[in-house]
Amino acid sequence: MWFDLDDAQREFARTLNRMLSAADTPAVARAWAAGEHGPGRALWTRLSDAGVFALAVPEAYEGVGPLPVELAVALIEAGRHAVPGPLVETVAASALLTALAEEADASAGDPGDNAQALGGTTPSTGDTPRNPDSTTPSTGHNPRNPDSTTPSTGENPQNPDSTAPSTGHNPQNPGSTTGNADDATKDAHDTARGPDDITESSARAAAGFWLPRIASGRASVTLAAPAGGPYALDADAADAVFVVEAEGPTLRLAAGHSPVQPSFDPARRLARPVPAGTVLARGRAVAAATARATDWAAFATAAQTLGVGLTLLDRTVAYAKQRAQFGRPIGSFQAVKHRLADVHVALEFARPLLYGAAVALARGARDAGAAVAAAKVAAGEAAYDAARAALQLHGALGYTDEYPLSLWFRKARALRMAWGSPAHCRARVLAG
Amino acid sequence: MDLDPSPDEAAFRAEARSWLAAHVPTAPLPSLETAEGFAAHRAWERILAANGWSVVSWPRRYGGRGASTTEWLLFEQEYYAAGAPGRVSQNGTQLLAPTLFAHGTAEQRARVLPPMADGEVIWAQAWSEPEAGSDLAALRATARRTSGGWLLYGQKTWSSRAAFADRAFGLFRGGPAGERPHQGLTYVMFPLDAPGVTVRPIRRLDGKPAFAELFLDGVFVPDRDVIGEPGQGWRVAMSTAGSERGLTLRSPGRFTAAAARLAALWRERADPADTALRDRVADAVIAARAYHLRACATATRETEAAASRAAETRAGEARAAETRSGTRASARATVRRAATAATARAADRQRADNPAEASVNKVFWSELDLALHETALDLLGPYGELSDAAADAPGGGRWAEGYVFSLAGPVYAGTNEIQRDIIAERLLGLDRGRR
Repeated sequence: MWFDLDDAQREFARTLNRMLSAADTPAVARAWAAGEHGPGRALWTRLSDAGVFALAVPEAYEGVGPLPVELAVALIEAGRHAVPGPLVETVAASALLTALAEEADASAGDPGDNAQALGGTTPSTGDTPRNPDSTTPSTGHNPRNPDSTTPSTGENPQNPDSTAPSTGHNPQNPGSTTGNADDATKDAHDTARGPDDITESSARAAAGFWLPRIASGRASVTLAAPAGGPYALDADAADAVFVVEAEGPTLRLAAGHSPVQPSFDPARRLARPVPAGTVLARGRAVAAATARATDWAAFATAAQTLGVGLTLLDRTVAYAKQRAQFGRPIGSFQAVKHRLADVHVALEFARPLLYGAAVALARGARDAGAAVAAAKVAAGEAAYDAARAALQLHGALGYTDEYPLSLWFRKARALRMAWGSPAHCRARVLAG
Repeated sequence: MDLDPSPDEAAFRAEARSWLAAHVPTAPLPSLETAEGFAAHRAWERILAANGWSVVSWPRRYGGRGASTTEWLLFEQEYYAAGAPGRVSQNGTQLLAPTLFAHGTAEQRARVLPPMADGEVIWAQAWSEPEAGSDLAALRATARRTSGGWLLYGQKTWSSRAAFADRAFGLFRGGPAGERPHQGLTYVMFPLDAPGVTVRPIRRLDGKPAFAELFLDGVFVPDRDVIGEPGQGWRVAMSTAGSERGLTLRSPGRFTAAAARLAALWRERADPADTALRDRVADAVIAARAYHLRACATATRETEAAASRAAETRAGEARAAETRSGTRASARATVRRAATAATARAADRQRADNPAEASVNKVFWSELDLALHETALDLLGPYGELSDAAADAPGGGRWAEGYVFSLAGPVYAGTNEIQRDIIAERLLGLDRGRR
């Protein structure tokens, strides 16, 4: 048994911490909240240069992962510095696309099983490669990377559906259209090639197209899924908005998004994906891949949350040491000390749960979902306790938008509910 | 990073599991806070010791197996998962023994440890006094120098297990004094049936004599029963206090087993609509898991520290070899490698060695233990009202007995208020202020 970070993992954390400290990340977060994505994108490039986004992507797709322990290390640092952007959603989308591609590969290896699972058999290759960029303009494909048109895996290109002849509704799933004003657009994408075909070719093509871009930092993406609520985080900044709809279930590349809604944490920009866009996959494989992606999202959220809590504690301890009342530092009063000690205890016990969940995810353990849920509850409650203590002990100063504490306080509140409420996670823990 | 036992650790665990499956009593023993229960638990200690399972982490020459901290964790997990009895010898094996390993003489270890391991001599602790609890350094009971030893006078109170135990250990004012109250204390061991000792049992909340007052009137303690230097007792005692608050006293296995029983109870008996209770069950399960995982991290750091010490030893040997054989390149390389490894691990070791880490554990396990049992009683509804002695008591009385025991957790071993002060001052660096 070796349940501790190794020297390389510690050095990784220190490197990220130094880089994010030097980058004036709070100012980046403020700009992001105002809709100025330039500094945030620049920071993401530096994070991806450090290898962060490659951690969730398998080697087959030009990543180095999945490495959940290292991912936890990175996301703790991101949380500590209040890095803005769809970090969690990019990780979750990576897990989703990877799972779908693996499912497609497995199905291709055993057509009999495929028929049973997906309702038909189909050749897994044979589509004519097309320029994948031509299929993604509506999501604002990353302009920084004009040479990205060749899918690196040599598999089918992105979204053959979008150019396939439209023959109307998907006969396997007539209910999948939602009957709204975008039906025409939707039908153009929702071709009748059959759900299994969609899974095999376009999901694998999507993985082949997007995963190397995510790994290298050429693309940031976001994901909306039933477990994460109706909004896609930072859709206005992402290069792709993936949407899982419960009906089918269906994985879609959204054709766009609603205007950004004001939110409690303005650095978390919330928008609804439009109910139109290219269907990438549908059926049982999507359900399984979404379950896996949801676990990874909860795990990444827990890591980010722990980082948020650590900073709230650090900042409040520093403040309690220098703020004097009644002629002495407030940190010398037992009521203050005990509240901070409790926060420290809670955070210190959330940390091993997070790494325990990382180990379970790395092994693909049967109870990985329960382990993730436990970590999410503990990190969420500890960080929120840290936020409340921070607010209380900073006094009115903490209750201002201007003072930097607000960046972490608001995030602690939002992350507590993101990708699995405390009640949902507790139920998951007991379900095993 | 992994949580998988090595082949050796897995073999150790399998051996423990199969022995426990064959030997653990099928029904819970009566409470060890009763005369009947104390005797039954002592008999169980003898069975454990006869088979080498009493003190697995001790060296073999004292009756242990030389198990690593990881192996100890695995053993404890198996032990409590098997439903095995609580340990009546715990004051000795978990509090006095670590002190003897750190500060005792070879003679003391050889004389005291084997009969402690097999339950022949069961120890009580004699720390608190009527005027000295959280402020332990305010203690007044004295040890006066006499020919060949010391004479103890004064009163101790809240002495756990003293109603039925054989011997006790504690701190007394005596020996070379200093300016501060922590100086001039001496750490001694003494028999509870010696002339001059009066033991008055104190009944705890449920009426059982779980602790006692000790009145000491000229009780003779020979020099050989003083641990460490006279007057240096505080420093000696603090290593014991660290054990009491840390992992070894309240092993994770105890809580993971209790949490598993609680989750089973929830599935059997609970109203699924009662989500408030469900959340409390889940929180207890989560906290037990957290405590277990943190213990695994501690065990890893201890393994690392042991490896680091071994590397230093090898470096020393390599240096010696180099000196003997001139300038051998391989010896130089060995020295460099070992030195690098030692430096890299120094910071971790420092963290692992910080005694305030034990305070973090103490606050956590004491609140976890209480939450586990309170939740169980709430889940049991009307049956939660029954004492452990009741024929109808659920779980053979385990929940009722465990509840009463858990109520004391936030108070003993240094109140949680004192632990929070220690955390705030020594881990967060806040000023020492008024208590």
